[in-house]
Amino acid sequence: MWKTVLRRFLIMIPQLIILSMLVFLLAKMMPGDPFTGMINPNSDAKEIARLRQVYGLNDHWWVQYCRWVGNMFHGDLGQSYIQHVPVASLIWDRAVNTFWLSLLTVLLTYAIAIPMGITAGRHQDEWQDQAIQVFNYITFAVPGFVFYILGIWLFSFTLGWFPISGSVSASASGFWGVLGSRLYHMILPAILYALITTTTIVQYLRTGIVDNKVEDYVRTARSKGVPENVVFNKHILRNSVLPIVAFLGNTITGLLSGSMIIESVFSYPGMGKLFLDSISQRDYTTLTALILLFGILTLLGNLISDILLSIVDPRIRVK
Amino acid sequence: MDRQKDVLLDIQHLHTGYRLGGKFYDAADDINLTLKKDEILAIVGESGCGKSTIAASIIGLYDHKNTKVTGDILYNELNLVGLNENLFDKIRGNNIGMIFQDPLSSLNPLMRVGDQVAETLYYHTDMNEEQRHARVIELFNQVGMPKPEETYAMYPHELSGGLRQRVVIAIAIACKPEIIIADEPTTALDVTIQAQILDLLEDIQRQSHSGIILITHDLGVVAETADEVAVMYAGQIVEKADVKTIFEHPLHPYTRSLLNSMPQADDEDAADLHVIQGTVPSLKNMPRTGDRFAARIPWIPASAHEAEPVMHEVEPNHFVRCTCYKEFHFKNEEGVQA
Repeated sequence: MWKTVLRRFLIMIPQLIILSMLVFLLAKMMPGDPFTGMINPNSDAKEIARLRQVYGLNDHWWVQYCRWVGNMFHGDLGQSYIQHVPVASLIWDRAVNTFWLSLLTVLLTYAIAIPMGITAGRHQDEWQDQAIQVFNYITFAVPGFVFYILGIWLFSFTLGWFPISGSVSASASGFWGVLGSRLYHMILPAILYALITTTTIVQYLRTGIVDNKVEDYVRTARSKGVPENVVFNKHILRNSVLPIVAFLGNTITGLLSGSMIIESVFSYPGMGKLFLDSISQRDYTTLTALILLFGILTLLGNLISDILLSIVDPRIRVK
Repeated sequence: MDRQKDVLLDIQHLHTGYRLGGKFYDAADDINLTLKKDEILAIVGESGCGKSTIAASIIGLYDHKNTKVTGDILYNELNLVGLNENLFDKIRGNNIGMIFQDPLSSLNPLMRVGDQVAETLYYHTDMNEEQRHARVIELFNQVGMPKPEETYAMYPHELSGGLRQRVVIAIAIACKPEIIIADEPTTALDVTIQAQILDLLEDIQRQSHSGIILITHDLGVVAETADEVAVMYAGQIVEKADVKTIFEHPLHPYTRSLLNSMPQADDEDAADLHVIQGTVPSLKNMPRTGDRFAARIPWIPASAHEAEPVMHEVEPNHFVRCTCYKEFHFKNEEGVQA
């Protein structure tokens, strides 16, 4: 078990190095450099050339790369070209917002998807299953932004149950007041977002149950006189959640890329919105840092799902 | 009366039909069989002849929505047909053990094999965890598992096919059932392992005096292990006798054809192995009247067959369906004569 985890960690090191190199080189290949954004008509070209030399922009790419990585270890991700603040602090505030929104979304996703998947698999082709299939087709087919805007129109604009945008109300005060306000702002985006992400998980779980139900080992369990509800929970269900566990890393990555759309629609100040804003403003330092961060989170997500999978599935453990 | 006492399982007029496109078609059609103590009863036939259907009907493991079972399966005054599921769960694994064909897929890949055996004990005995563990080790020894202690904690994928089948057998015999149903227990195994597993089954039967229903398509297996044999074709039993009679004086054309299509090592003309013409009809297209085997022996005149073939007791304990056996001859024999 621990060998699997250790091995998996070791594999991540080259992945991280390659990822960071790619991100760095892509940023290097983009037009302009840190001074492009700071130039004003009065700047002396010689002075800029001197600064380039001082800041090492004329060095070999790998010298610059090592310096960049070294700075990163000290928490220095560079300065935003546009906002003129350290990228690290810019990302940190947004990352906290995205983290809580994603966490709430993941929890809601599984809270909705698992009972739905179990019901659909258990009552295959009966009305419960068909109703869930219809729901799935709708959430799968309707693009996220249409779904979100309809949600805002219905629940925020027409019914007035939830705020339309933002992450916290300006008038909120006190620890509990701020916390409550944050949660209140997150609920609608999290629910709508969760409904979209449930589709795949429901389908995986349903298919898993439908396939495992007729497996020979299930028949063996029944032939032992194991009561049907135990057969379902202990034998069928446990084998059916494997694909979901394997898919967990993907779910996390999906949440990050999906956060761009939902955060834009809800004007929610998170990483997704920051990412889109950075693209439109050509804020390359922020963009580079964000891409690296998304990459690292993807690797972490895969790491987590591999570790979880090795806990539940003995077949993939390394001996 | 003594003979009656030894009867473990008495199957009377069993019909098991599967729903196909809204209608039920009998895959097992009017089956009458008895299993006695200390007896290995072999049910032989081609794939799709209904032999596994009989096993599923006995142990009550079929899709209840799409299967219709009628008739009687009497076990100790208890009719297993239509038995309440909660009651059936107390019998399955406890009084009736089942061994399945494919040991690769009949064990849960996520559970340690020892725990899978112990699960049976958990539901049928009041042993505590330690006692169950000890019993599993004892069972592993009994089924000839090398290193039982180490094997307990292993997962199915870590064991070979032969060892997995031993685990499956250990599950089946864990509660010392009176009846063991073995559905093609050696089909998925290497020939060398096959012999070991069959020996093991015979050992178990000798020790426990249980009755074994052995379902197979392999006449070699039948010759080696069975006491009584029922030959099935297209959902019906066509011939039933003790193993010696079946191999020495087979009567029904189907039994004779089957035996004739077995390769013989000492046969000089091994090249012209007998082939039964045509194929087994599908469940939907199975003839429901007349002799179901008639279509595959077209050179036998229709007059030789009974209109509604029934079982005839031609000698004590030797039953044959239809009267066509009297006029049956192989096609090439006819050629030789002509």
